[in-house]
Amino acid sequence: MGVRGSSLRWDPVACDSRGLCAELFPERITLDPWGFPIVSADPLTPGLDKHAQRAIAACPALALRLVPSPSR
Amino acid sequence: MSAGPDTSAAPDAQALTGPGPRLLAALSGPDLIAHHAARGELPLLPAPPVLADLVEAAGLTGRGGAGFPTHRKLRAVARGEHPVVIGNGSEGEPASGKDRVLLVHVPHLVLDGIQVACRAVGASSAYLYVPREPVVTQSVTQALDERRRHRIDAVAVEVVTAPPRFIAGQESAAVARVGGAPALPRFPHPPVYAKGVRNRPTLVQNVETLAQLALLVRYGAGWFRSAGTTGEPGTMLFTVGGAVANPGVVEAPIGVPLASLLDTAGGVTAPVGAVLVGGYHGAWVPAAALDGLKLSTDQLRPLGGSVGAGVVAVLPSDRCGLVETARVVRYLAGESAGQCGPCVNGLPAVAEALCELAGLKRTRPGRLVRADVEGWSGLVVGRGACAHPDGTVRLVRSALQVFASEIAAHERGGCSGTSGTPVLPLPAGPRPTDWW
Repeated sequence: MGVRGSSLRWDPVACDSRGLCAELFPERITLDPWGFPIVSADPLTPGLDKHAQRAIAACPALALRLVPSPSR
Repeated sequence: MSAGPDTSAAPDAQALTGPGPRLLAALSGPDLIAHHAARGELPLLPAPPVLADLVEAAGLTGRGGAGFPTHRKLRAVARGEHPVVIGNGSEGEPASGKDRVLLVHVPHLVLDGIQVACRAVGASSAYLYVPREPVVTQSVTQALDERRRHRIDAVAVEVVTAPPRFIAGQESAAVARVGGAPALPRFPHPPVYAKGVRNRPTLVQNVETLAQLALLVRYGAGWFRSAGTTGEPGTMLFTVGGAVANPGVVEAPIGVPLASLLDTAGGVTAPVGAVLVGGYHGAWVPAAALDGLKLSTDQLRPLGGSVGAGVVAVLPSDRCGLVETARVVRYLAGESAGQCGPCVNGLPAVAEALCELAGLKRTRPGRLVRADVEGWSGLVVGRGACAHPDGTVRLVRSALQVFASEIAAHERGGCSGTSGTPVLPLPAGPRPTDWW
């Protein structure tokens, strides 16, 4: 799947707050006070796709996905 | 409410199709003959697309709280293969009693509605998801026995019981429980209408919505729309509680003036401080906004609320709305399923800060505490698999707004509450730890 027009979706049930995603992709992911990611809903810009892919692949809980950005 | 059905009378179209109660017009209980005498048999059902058109023409929306247009759900589920229908009467909201009233007093309307829903989506499996309480399970089991004996149902219905937890009725939790797992919500992608019970498309519909459907196929869309508002047609069940003479379940058209609903419940028994509308995921309406208020989501939206599942609780002016809210939010925090980090960590933080603000425990200056309530609230919104964190924060934020002067009074060491007896009901006894 191409990254253009995509955004990140976080599965809060699967997540176990290792925090790797925020380290790998600070442009769009920060951590809350309990260590769970706060994921920006903004669509990814082309320059960010490598970082996004790396954060998704690094998550041991498989809690991040790339999904088509909601239209509108 | 009348004591029992008059089984000698033929269906009285005038009594059932005129103004006044519809769902609660004839309380036949589990007796099928009495139900048919009062309501007539379910008519021959048209093809699924025609049924969906009928529901769309009527403007029926879900009565479980979210108010989603029923025809859209029907069509989405009908598109898939081997769909499943769940009638959801689990009613985990402590202040609500309307689903239990339906299941005990008019179970055949609900069961008729399940058959209609099965027809509308092409389902051959159906479940009725109800509280694990003998008065309810006995009623629906007996009603289903009667229907089996008379062989009136095209689709067999299995009863599944819900644990006594606030969010056990959340759509994906109901699906999980029906599938044999604990009643826990799951991440909503894919949605249950695409992948639900045993990965099959699943229609989860509140039992009141189903009972409305059972009347709609009998009397038509024009009749359905003859009550309620243009945007929100039909009647709905309200559970009226707090400072009223006769608390209980009342059927009224959507858009009913709050004043007349409270009159039906025997009138208020004390000066009103505020009214909670929409339940524990709902919003407080201040006394100043009550005059002329009509109970439709259209009218309540500017006040931050919706009719939800019809809970209306009157807070008398001698109780503190902050204290009431803090108690409820502490309960709601404990009802987190424990799956999503922001909910697990955030709701207890919100609840503790709110308790501090309400003076249930006090250590720091009010403005710091208030900032905490707002800050923690902002961190949980939109970050759960289900709507529990969002709904809880809705209640918290409305309390901060509506009871702003109360917060200021607490800051000075005062409190307008002179009676300590809580108004909003919470489950008695120790909190259950299981999700079965």
